[in-house]
Amino acid sequence: MTTILHETTYTQAAPIAMERGYKATKINVDKLNLFYGDKQALFDVSLNIQEKEVTALIGPSGCGKSTFLRTLNRMNDLIEGVRVSGDITVDGENIYTSQDVIKLRTKVGMVFQKPNLFPMSIYDNVAYGPRMQGIKNKKVLDALVEESLRGAAIWDEVKDRLKTSALGLSGGQQQRVCIARAIAMKPDVILMDEPTSALDPISTLKVEELISELKKDYTIVIVTHNMQQAARISDKTAFFLNGEVIEYDETDVIFQTPNDSRTEDYITGRFG
Amino acid sequence: MRQAKDAVLRGLLWASALVSIGVLLLIVGFIFYKGIGYISFDFIFGDYSPTGGGGILPMIVTTIYTIIISLVIATPLGILAAVYLQEYAKQGRLVNIIRFATESLTGIPSIIYGLFGAVFFVATLKLGMSILAASLTLTIIVLPVIIRTTEEALKTVPQSYREGSLALGTTKLQTLYKVILPSAMPGILSGIILSIGRIVGESAAIFLTAGTVAAMPDSIFSSARTLTVHSYLVTQESGDIGLAAAVGIVLIVLIFFINMTATFISKKLNKADF
Amino acid sequence: MDTTHTDMTKANKRKYALEKFSSKLFLVCALLSVFSLVLIVGFVFYKGATPFVSGEYSFINFLFASDWVPSEDKFGIWPMIVASLYATIGALVIGVPVGLFTAIFLAEIAPKSVAKILSPAIQLLAGIPSVLYGVFGLAIIVPFLQNNLGLARGQSLIAVIIVLAIMMLPTIVTVSETAIRAVPKAYREGSLALGASQIGTIFKVIVPAAKSGILAAVVLGLGRAIGETMAVILVAGNALIVPTSLTDSVRPLTTNIALEMGYAAGTHQEMLFATGIVLFSFILILNFVLSKLSKGGQ
Repeated sequence: MTTILHETTYTQAAPIAMERGYKATKINVDKLNLFYGDKQALFDVSLNIQEKEVTALIGPSGCGKSTFLRTLNRMNDLIEGVRVSGDITVDGENIYTSQDVIKLRTKVGMVFQKPNLFPMSIYDNVAYGPRMQGIKNKKVLDALVEESLRGAAIWDEVKDRLKTSALGLSGGQQQRVCIARAIAMKPDVILMDEPTSALDPISTLKVEELISELKKDYTIVIVTHNMQQAARISDKTAFFLNGEVIEYDETDVIFQTPNDSRTEDYITGRFG
Repeated sequence: MRQAKDAVLRGLLWASALVSIGVLLLIVGFIFYKGIGYISFDFIFGDYSPTGGGGILPMIVTTIYTIIISLVIATPLGILAAVYLQEYAKQGRLVNIIRFATESLTGIPSIIYGLFGAVFFVATLKLGMSILAASLTLTIIVLPVIIRTTEEALKTVPQSYREGSLALGTTKLQTLYKVILPSAMPGILSGIILSIGRIVGESAAIFLTAGTVAAMPDSIFSSARTLTVHSYLVTQESGDIGLAAAVGIVLIVLIFFINMTATFISKKLNKADF
Repeated sequence: MDTTHTDMTKANKRKYALEKFSSKLFLVCALLSVFSLVLIVGFVFYKGATPFVSGEYSFINFLFASDWVPSEDKFGIWPMIVASLYATIGALVIGVPVGLFTAIFLAEIAPKSVAKILSPAIQLLAGIPSVLYGVFGLAIIVPFLQNNLGLARGQSLIAVIIVLAIMMLPTIVTVSETAIRAVPKAYREGSLALGASQIGTIFKVIVPAAKSGILAAVVLGLGRAIGETMAVILVAGNALIVPTSLTDSVRPLTTNIALEMGYAAGTHQEMLFATGIVLFSFILILNFVLSKLSKGGQ
């Protein structure tokens, strides 16, 4: 099994891949097509996402990167008239033939563009998912909430106000609590849909540091419109354009020696 | 020429406003003026006697019965119907039919509801002229009110709450009762309160289904009269305007508090709407 | 590959089952309003159509005959149809312009501090039981007409019209005020910037822009007027004649039902349901016409 998709880039990327050691495939996407009614939004997308890496999806707005991200935990199911063809497997299991979407979403967590904490206390927000899974024991929940908030590097800031409304936090703090809420489910994968686009630069930096920390334990797929961010935090980068994957490779390769002229044009800011 | 026309129109606007505000003030003033002399502790908390005067406690009790029974039935049904329309239904023919039916129910005059209640609940289901028959009729009258206000309240719940919850591996049902309904609660509550106003103000439908017995109801199977029907009957039968106005004061005060509560709750909703 | 049943946990299976059940339950609740409507229309029409279906009575006669004498088996509702029509039209003719002008006044001309007090007060009056308008009508308007127009009885078509017009005022004011306030500021500024006067702007730009909301107000007011029963009984006089002047005593469709339902039986009762059908059809037609009008205006 190869970690690199494009034959042509194999030689360039191989030394780096070896340097970083072998990583197993976590998510495999094969010839994915997606339609909104009659309109096709994704065309034959094939990607291979490695375990415990950060994979960034970049591209101009409307290119299908967010739509693609949402196929990985089947959030597109919520939209009427969406059809999907092709295969997506997580740990070898096809997520579209399995009907257990609850299981999928506990395994593949998600953080959204804008912080979307519920109008409840910080504690209740983080404990929400586990409680819905039937965990009622207070000690277990207390431990889980603390562990998750620590994992999201927000524990010290909120430990004295766990019972106060989560909506009183700043945007950056809210987004980290959102990450804690996702971690509390003990997922394998965390999907992030432009998680810093609504944040100020300092909060953005904190979230980026957090992401680099999180990849020790989680597989992370992040959509970003910010190319510097992709360059800073990701191991692999996929460039989307008009619903197609134009290029997918090691981040260094994409940003330094892209193979496709369109990737280069986008990276260098000629469009987008 | 144009200036003259403007002056005339401006005058008409002022005149209309003065007329309508004047008339409406006159009505409220009239009711308080005529009725205030009757208001006393005995009037409100005393039992009714047909030999003149008489307290209105039986009518208050009957009114409260009708409010409670019809809301206990209409509230859950209406909320769940709205949940179906907003959260579950796929747009299409079925939804259009349901919406058409709900809208049509809103437009039916209360006397038709009264006719229906009289033939269906009173006669066919053999409930007789009773508080229960009236309450069931009222249930159908307020059902569309609750459905519509709940739908509006559900629309104000941000889509991001739904996504956030579902992405954590919860079911739609869990998302509904843990996140969506609590967020929509202020709007739903003000809809329920508006329904109370509708029930209190209703006369024709109750007149045909609960009858007119002016006594403390023994049970919900008794015939009885609500405050509004009482106000009508004392005017119609004995021409006792003062007594009718006194009942009117109670009704207006009641409606006032109901509206204040609804406004208060929907203001809270706006505050929670960060 | 079917992994569904092998690796789905027991807890999740239960959740999916509950999910399926609840969505069915919600559907049933939603269908209840359809069911109610069918039941109401069904029962009222079934009861009301019985005398005509059996062939004993002619529906045309029922509509256009002027005698309503249940004891002699005569059922003609023409006087009531005419009374309902006149009362509704009359109330609209008075209530709509006054209400609309009041709404314009509150939204565009009155100082904010005044509007802030008056608007909610008028909204509150929309919630007052309509019976009280009837009580007011009987105590004030009826004697006034009696004394000043030299009538034998003040209960008359004009009394009904005035009471209904007053009753629909709060509804029309409140709904059209909302519609007028919803007109974007830019319209106003654009018109004023072109040198139009305030009054010119109101009638040439703002009112046309708020047209559909104003029509909705008229529909609501109309619904209240035509369906009103108890307040009307108190001031109508309830005589069974085709009104020829505003001072005649009248009996609209609604009051006929309420007055006689208490003791009617057999065919008489069925004829009251038939009266209900006519009332029902009236409202359907009026709503249909008005919704066509509002669509045509957009």
